[in-house]
Amino acid sequence: MHGVFLACGLLTIGFVLLITVYLVVSGIPAIHRIGFFKFMFGTKWASTAAEPSFGILPFILTSIYGTAGAMLLGIPLGFFTAVYISKFAPKAVRNVLMGAVELLAGIPSVVYGLVGMLVIVPGIRTVFGLPDGASLLAAIIVLSIMVLPSIVKVSVNALDAVPREYEDASLALGANEVETAFRVAVPAARSGIAASVVMGVGRAIGEAMAVMMVSGNVANMPLLSKGGLFESVRFLTTAVASEMAYSAGLQRQALFSIALVLYLFILLVNAILNSILKKGGGK
Amino acid sequence: MNSINGEKMEDTYKSIIQVDDLSLWYGQNQALHNVCMDIGEGRITALIGPSGCGKSTFLKTLNRMNDLVQGVRIQGTVSFEGQDIYSPQTDVSELRRRIGMVFQKPNPFPMSIYDNVAYGPRTHGTKAKARLDEIVESSLRASAIWDEVKDRLKSNALGLSGGQQQRLCIARALAVRPKVLLMDEPTSALDPISTSRIEELALQLKNDYSIVIVTHNMQQAVRISDDTAFFLLGELVEFGDTERMFSQPTDKRTEDYITGRFG
Amino acid sequence: MKRSAYTKVLKTAMFASVALVAVLVVAFVFYVLAIGVPNISWNLLSTKPSYLSGNIGILPDILNTVYMIVTTLVVVLPFGVAAAVYLTEYAKNKRVVNAIEYAAETLSGVPSIVYGLVGMLFFCQFLGMKTSLLAGSLTLVIMNLPTVMRTTQESLKTVPQSYREGAFGLGAGKWRVIRTVVLPSCVDGIVTSCILSCGRILGESAALLFTAGFAHSLNGYFKALHNAGATLTIALYFYAKDQGEFEVAYAIAAILLVLALIINLAANLAGRRLRERRK
Repeated sequence: MHGVFLACGLLTIGFVLLITVYLVVSGIPAIHRIGFFKFMFGTKWASTAAEPSFGILPFILTSIYGTAGAMLLGIPLGFFTAVYISKFAPKAVRNVLMGAVELLAGIPSVVYGLVGMLVIVPGIRTVFGLPDGASLLAAIIVLSIMVLPSIVKVSVNALDAVPREYEDASLALGANEVETAFRVAVPAARSGIAASVVMGVGRAIGEAMAVMMVSGNVANMPLLSKGGLFESVRFLTTAVASEMAYSAGLQRQALFSIALVLYLFILLVNAILNSILKKGGGK
Repeated sequence: MNSINGEKMEDTYKSIIQVDDLSLWYGQNQALHNVCMDIGEGRITALIGPSGCGKSTFLKTLNRMNDLVQGVRIQGTVSFEGQDIYSPQTDVSELRRRIGMVFQKPNPFPMSIYDNVAYGPRTHGTKAKARLDEIVESSLRASAIWDEVKDRLKSNALGLSGGQQQRLCIARALAVRPKVLLMDEPTSALDPISTSRIEELALQLKNDYSIVIVTHNMQQAVRISDDTAFFLLGELVEFGDTERMFSQPTDKRTEDYITGRFG
Repeated sequence: MKRSAYTKVLKTAMFASVALVAVLVVAFVFYVLAIGVPNISWNLLSTKPSYLSGNIGILPDILNTVYMIVTTLVVVLPFGVAAAVYLTEYAKNKRVVNAIEYAAETLSGVPSIVYGLVGMLFFCQFLGMKTSLLAGSLTLVIMNLPTVMRTTQESLKTVPQSYREGAFGLGAGKWRVIRTVVLPSCVDGIVTSCILSCGRILGESAALLFTAGFAHSLNGYFKALHNAGATLTIALYFYAKDQGEFEVAYAIAAILLVLALIINLAANLAGRRLRERRK
């Protein structure tokens, strides 16, 4: 029986290899044909034009800006919520809030997408007087809600694990409970909190459907200047999803290459996560 | 004082904390029964008694750490320098600054040695670097650990040995210039050598601070304390000069306990 | 006074954040239910869509979702549980254990869309399954393997060592001990992992776009497995994005939300049982 169990245990490794090999094998040819620099740093994506152009810098930057924007909103919101839940909330309030956060984690992406499409997008259009509200900003707002559960849950776990003795010592020195929470518990839980942020980043980079429904999906270069937030944009994930159904030839291969780039981003995020957790655990 | 148990029988001294008719309940359970006690200034007062006798609970009423426990109810008065510490006007933060505490298990924060000691002064508003440096050094010197750590003030406090950690915690408590130091079995997690260093330290500190120490170890009480209070089932059975109490206890229960017949 | 300002600012930040999160969740749920529930009708639930009559029904999508959940669980459970058993009962080599756990972590971080792509290449094309529920299910098997493995592993760790020793002491072989002592006492962990996987399968969409497809035909289980079929999430996407049928989309969203609520409650109950036993 040992062999059977071993085989099942090794299955996860096998699947990681399967994914890696498929992405590399199917992703490399297009990069090779287009040229690495032209592919990665080309600013124009026109896959179906008479003279096609395959630059994915717009997608990479959109993914980075979109994720950064979502974290900018999500981190403070999630962080303060987590500190409240872990250190101040009465038991009943804590249970309700954790239930709410769990529910947020369980809501399917497409439901977020739908609400984003019919509430946030028209909202942005009206508030800012735009012809269309489907934009980077809409995606950032939807993503910032979607990353909340990762940030809150993992941070609460880390804060809960801070030994009660640290807090007693701080209180006995005359610090009040707020000071104790933010100056002792938060620093003591910092690696867990950092991990929660990195997990949120992973979730934001990888999200496809919700973003596809609210970002407008035009392969524009995202701009940091004023107005850039209101441009219709395309993420790495949505670039793969939106053209796959009707793609062929080099275009199709290029989509695989995008997926490969996305995968490498995620591996990087995972590696960062692991090093944070290892550092935190080794203390 | 309507209770006989708090009357001192020997030499008089100036008291810093007066406890009068103090009772405490956790929910329905009464943990302290009408305790009266005068804690002397510049003296070491040891609290002894079997586990669960209320000595730690009593200690924590002195700096209001029991406030944090849910469902706790307190009756009677505790006065510190003539002020009732349970009156609504009391600034709990200031009270805890003046009455410091050292815990059973060494509990330095997971920060640098320097930041541990500077934590209290910073909390109470001292920001100037030079002033903090001064406080950190004098506190570490006062707790007899300066020479061991002066070259690694920036390294993590959790890297110190258990005994060093406890002395660091004492330094941390001293850094806010308290008048009284409460110690809750400060040596129970330490080896004999570290224990004797903490005891020596306590004797030195007596000159500048009033100390109340909970201990399980009766030799320790004899070695370092001036006064001893014996608790049993939440009641203060006997309180008095340490030497007298261990040589000729007035209460039968005290005698039974110190001669090792129970507990 | 600086000190009280610091305290006040942080307190305000905490209360504002908590209030915002709470309002967000409540508003979201009520909004979706308020618009979605009135659009749920018996006709919607019990018919299939037809362009001829202009009827929209989501019965095929409901069935596809059920088929998908059943198929995925049937395949993933044995593998996931066996992997967990290997890790807790057999594995001696620390390196192998670390590698497996690292791989599981990596798998749980991979974006759905990447799963979808690899699933399409491997199951649909390489193994010739075409776009079908089976290909979709197998893709979801890969996605859910880490969840099942981890949850089962957690519960296996709570089986007291004395149980095993007791059984070994009676001369039972390793496999027999696992089958008769270890597995029965981690059933709640396996149930929890089922519930969690249900939630993920129900909510998954990006991984199914290119593996299970969009079809809405009404089929029996075995026929459905070999044909393309949309689950509820894909149907929602399709009706909202392609067809502009927002009433239907909201009706599906309301159904998904209620199911998510139920799954959360179930997972909580199961999790609580697991924790109680750990004590």
